[in-house]
Amino acid sequence: MIRCEHLTYVYQRGTPFAATALDDVSLEIGAGQVVGIIGATGSGKSTLVQHFNGLLRPTAGHVYLDDVDIHAREVDRRRVRQQIGLLFQYPEHQLFEETVSADVGFGPRNLGLGTEEVQARTRRALAQVGLDPDAFGPRSPFALSNGEMRRVAIAGLLAMEPRMLILDEPTAGLDPRSRREILDRIVRLHDTRGLTIVLITHSMDAVARLCTRLIVLDRGRLVADGSVREVFSDPAWLASLGLGIPQVAVCARLLRERGLPVRSDVLTVDEARAAILDALSRPAGSRTVSENSSG
Amino acid sequence: MDLLRGLMLGQYVPVESPVHRLDPRMKLLGTLWLVAIVFGIRSLAGLAVLTVFLAGVLLAGRIPPGYAVRGLRPVFWLVGLAVLFQVLFGDGGGHVLLRRGPLVITRESLVAGVFYGYRLILLVVATTLMTFTTSSVELTDGLERLLRPFRRIGLPAHELALMMTIALRFIPTLLEETDKIMKAQMARGAEFASGSLVRRARALVPLLVPLFVGAFRRADALALAMEARGYRGGEHRTRMKELHLAARDYVAAGMLALVSAAVLLPPSLWRVVVR
Repeated sequence: MIRCEHLTYVYQRGTPFAATALDDVSLEIGAGQVVGIIGATGSGKSTLVQHFNGLLRPTAGHVYLDDVDIHAREVDRRRVRQQIGLLFQYPEHQLFEETVSADVGFGPRNLGLGTEEVQARTRRALAQVGLDPDAFGPRSPFALSNGEMRRVAIAGLLAMEPRMLILDEPTAGLDPRSRREILDRIVRLHDTRGLTIVLITHSMDAVARLCTRLIVLDRGRLVADGSVREVFSDPAWLASLGLGIPQVAVCARLLRERGLPVRSDVLTVDEARAAILDALSRPAGSRTVSENSSG
Repeated sequence: MDLLRGLMLGQYVPVESPVHRLDPRMKLLGTLWLVAIVFGIRSLAGLAVLTVFLAGVLLAGRIPPGYAVRGLRPVFWLVGLAVLFQVLFGDGGGHVLLRRGPLVITRESLVAGVFYGYRLILLVVATTLMTFTTSSVELTDGLERLLRPFRRIGLPAHELALMMTIALRFIPTLLEETDKIMKAQMARGAEFASGSLVRRARALVPLLVPLFVGAFRRADALALAMEARGYRGGEHRTRMKELHLAARDYVAAGMLALVSAAVLLPPSLWRVVVR
């Protein structure tokens, strides 16, 4: 669906402050995938996703949506942005309208849709984020709680009915319960509407729970692109990049060090539980850790 | 955005030089004085002396000449216009060089045009020299110290200086925020660069409202932070770098006085000097 070929981006080119944010990045994201992008701060994650919907033009390389170069002359950038929804960090800072409905409807109005369609999409989008359109619609977006404002912002994007949703740290600044709620909703959007999801996050636990594929960036270069389990199988290397692994995986590894042969490639609490129980159920004699156990 | 950032970084050139080390009050008053006397120059020799002086300050300030030229570029249009006006609509007397209908170009008006144009250039150079060699923090400090005596008549010198400092400090932050908001709205299909003037004006609402809301939010947080660190206004407040006039400031003042005298000498006296 989205393909990048040798994507390079340099900020402030030609000035003494020039900085290469992306260096020869090539990747492909297919429809329906749930991809996580991780990397230390400044590794180019936000810069990368801003190329997907054409907000940034590559200094070198190409970006293709459905095999069409999005920077080709005939391409309508607005169509690209309708199909690829990008949610920035702290999206509640972009709210501006007098009512929640008006703000959610901003996107559809920009697409030139009629009043009825705009209203219908607004109601659907608000319902999708768990806000009652009749209760929240007429309220001012500035009179809501942080979590509610963020959901309004997400609804604003969903109202455009994109095929891909890119979320830049959607749980930043939220308490644990709100985090779980938002991530659950994202999963539901993927499962029920078939949305392709790209998630930028610093939370390895979120990645483990949601994503099937992981892309790792380091100082503008793509250094890993594979299944979540593959990428998390080398914590030492990840640590050298300033990244970690899911907490349950750390736990499993510690248990291994202390002599319990737990599988260390666990990603969720349930997997860890099963792995620990499995290790405990082995006969005492075989409870030794061999150097090259599966991990 | 990148373009904006280049412009807004301001003209302060962060190098070490005798000019940089001068007290900002000296530089502020000196520049004001220079601006005043520029208009009093009547002789070509005066222009020459001032040019040499400013070139000297530029050198002493270790300012790369490229910067100075670039600082002049936006003003070239203004200067060009001023010269054109003077040439075309100046005093009618003198040797006529060109006559086309009602427009008359005489040798005198040409000379006058160049004279006035060059004076404008010197004006701009003098003021940009000040911004090249004085950081915004120093400028606001200097301004506050200069305005302090006026507190007695009710001028809130400290508050004004604080407003300037905070505004300057937040320019880069707000620029970044503008960029972010613009991109967020563009991601929702907003267009900022196309359409009629009215359309573009209306398109600014999704940009300005969040920006203002954000600015107020920051102002609240900043006020709270300042109070939490004991800020209670300017009374009895000391600073880390107190401004002191040093020997070099008096030397600079002396040089300025000499240059001013030379520059303001009427042409008749110059002829005496040259002889």
